[in-house]
Amino acid sequence: MIQIFNDNSGILLEGFTFTLYSSVIALFFSLLIGTLFAIFQISTNKVIRLLASAYVEFFRNIPLLIIVMFFYVVVPLYWFQIDGFTAGTIGLTIYTSAFIAETIRAGILSVPKGQMEAGLSTGFTYSQTMRYIVLPQAVKIVIPPLGNQFINLVKNSSVLAMVAGLDLMYQGDLIASTTFNTFDTYILIGLLYLIITLPLTYLMAHIERRLASNE
Amino acid sequence: MNFVEALSWVNIRFLLDGLLVTVEVAVLSIIFSFIIGSLLGLVRYLKIPVASKLVGLLIDLIRNLPLLLIIFFTYFALPQIGIRLDIFWSAIAAMTIFESAMLSEIIRAGLNSVPKGQTEAGLSTGLTYSQTLLYLIIPQAFKAMVPPILSQFISLIKDTSLAIIISLPEITHNAKIIYGQNTNYVIPMFAAMALLYFSICFALSRVVKRLKLGVQM
Repeated sequence: MIQIFNDNSGILLEGFTFTLYSSVIALFFSLLIGTLFAIFQISTNKVIRLLASAYVEFFRNIPLLIIVMFFYVVVPLYWFQIDGFTAGTIGLTIYTSAFIAETIRAGILSVPKGQMEAGLSTGFTYSQTMRYIVLPQAVKIVIPPLGNQFINLVKNSSVLAMVAGLDLMYQGDLIASTTFNTFDTYILIGLLYLIITLPLTYLMAHIERRLASNE
Repeated sequence: MNFVEALSWVNIRFLLDGLLVTVEVAVLSIIFSFIIGSLLGLVRYLKIPVASKLVGLLIDLIRNLPLLLIIFFTYFALPQIGIRLDIFWSAIAAMTIFESAMLSEIIRAGLNSVPKGQTEAGLSTGLTYSQTLLYLIIPQAFKAMVPPILSQFISLIKDTSLAIIISLPEITHNAKIIYGQNTNYVIPMFAAMALLYFSICFALSRVVKRLKLGVQM
């Protein structure tokens, strides 16, 4: 296993970086899109609410792989060229944003209604109340589930391997098929994933306990 | 794109064959995972010295790996140490390994959600600890576990699509074969795939929502 690592440390490190890149980029954009859709979902406008719910329900209930393959197979066929890394990251973003929207929506709804009423009655506008009173309280509730979404995101980024996305899984697969030592290679790849996900898992568990004991 | 030709009866039947494999793999995996996950979850709940910690570590390791890696592992790496499974069973083995870890966490959380007073009450009425567990704790915990287990089953159905990598003839794999014949079939096949997965997963997610409301009441 150490031999495999030494022989391929270059491309393994590259794969590791691509996995991280893809996850961080997807996290950033899915947070943005997810928050937006969460707010749309509780909007007072019925059409916006319906459209946002349709987006969230649709992408939550189809496999990530299909979204990624859509960008990798269908988009180049009818519209424009796109490489595996970009297709994969866009797919990840869309898929995760639907889950994040749901998480944030639940977080906002868990803030008691009286808070919104109190904000409005002190003369704040709806968006001011949302921004200064409701959202800060919701953030505390959504941090643990969002952390879990990020861990899932890192694991899910392995689908990039299926569209030649140059990520860790892709490079691992290449190494396995050139060295023929599949057993050691996949264990090595697993360890590299754990370097990212395991500390995050323990950190989230810690934060969750801290938040719970503060209440 | 050509919907009429792409969705000919032959092609639809081929997709439905894929659906059958998807459902078979998902159902068998969730049953095996439930059995193994219950055992692991119980070991963690009972706080048996050393064993609980070891099981906990194992679960954390597996939970934090990509399922895709585990699928690769069961199909390509296990033969190297003499364990040869065909495509169907390596897919099930991989899903079972991954989902057992996920379910054990759900089961442990379910057991922990039963108030401690219930155990004390059971013991004080003269039941033994295992009787208390079997007749008082587990039935109550089970009610809390059903919605998250069903949610996990939804992700499992979606995740079976990953087994395309080992050519498991499920929905995604069969759709790919169909659209590989003719580029006019690509969009109809993506639409068909999305519709199949969506209708199953969305229906199940409604059930989960219903059950969750029931549990809270």
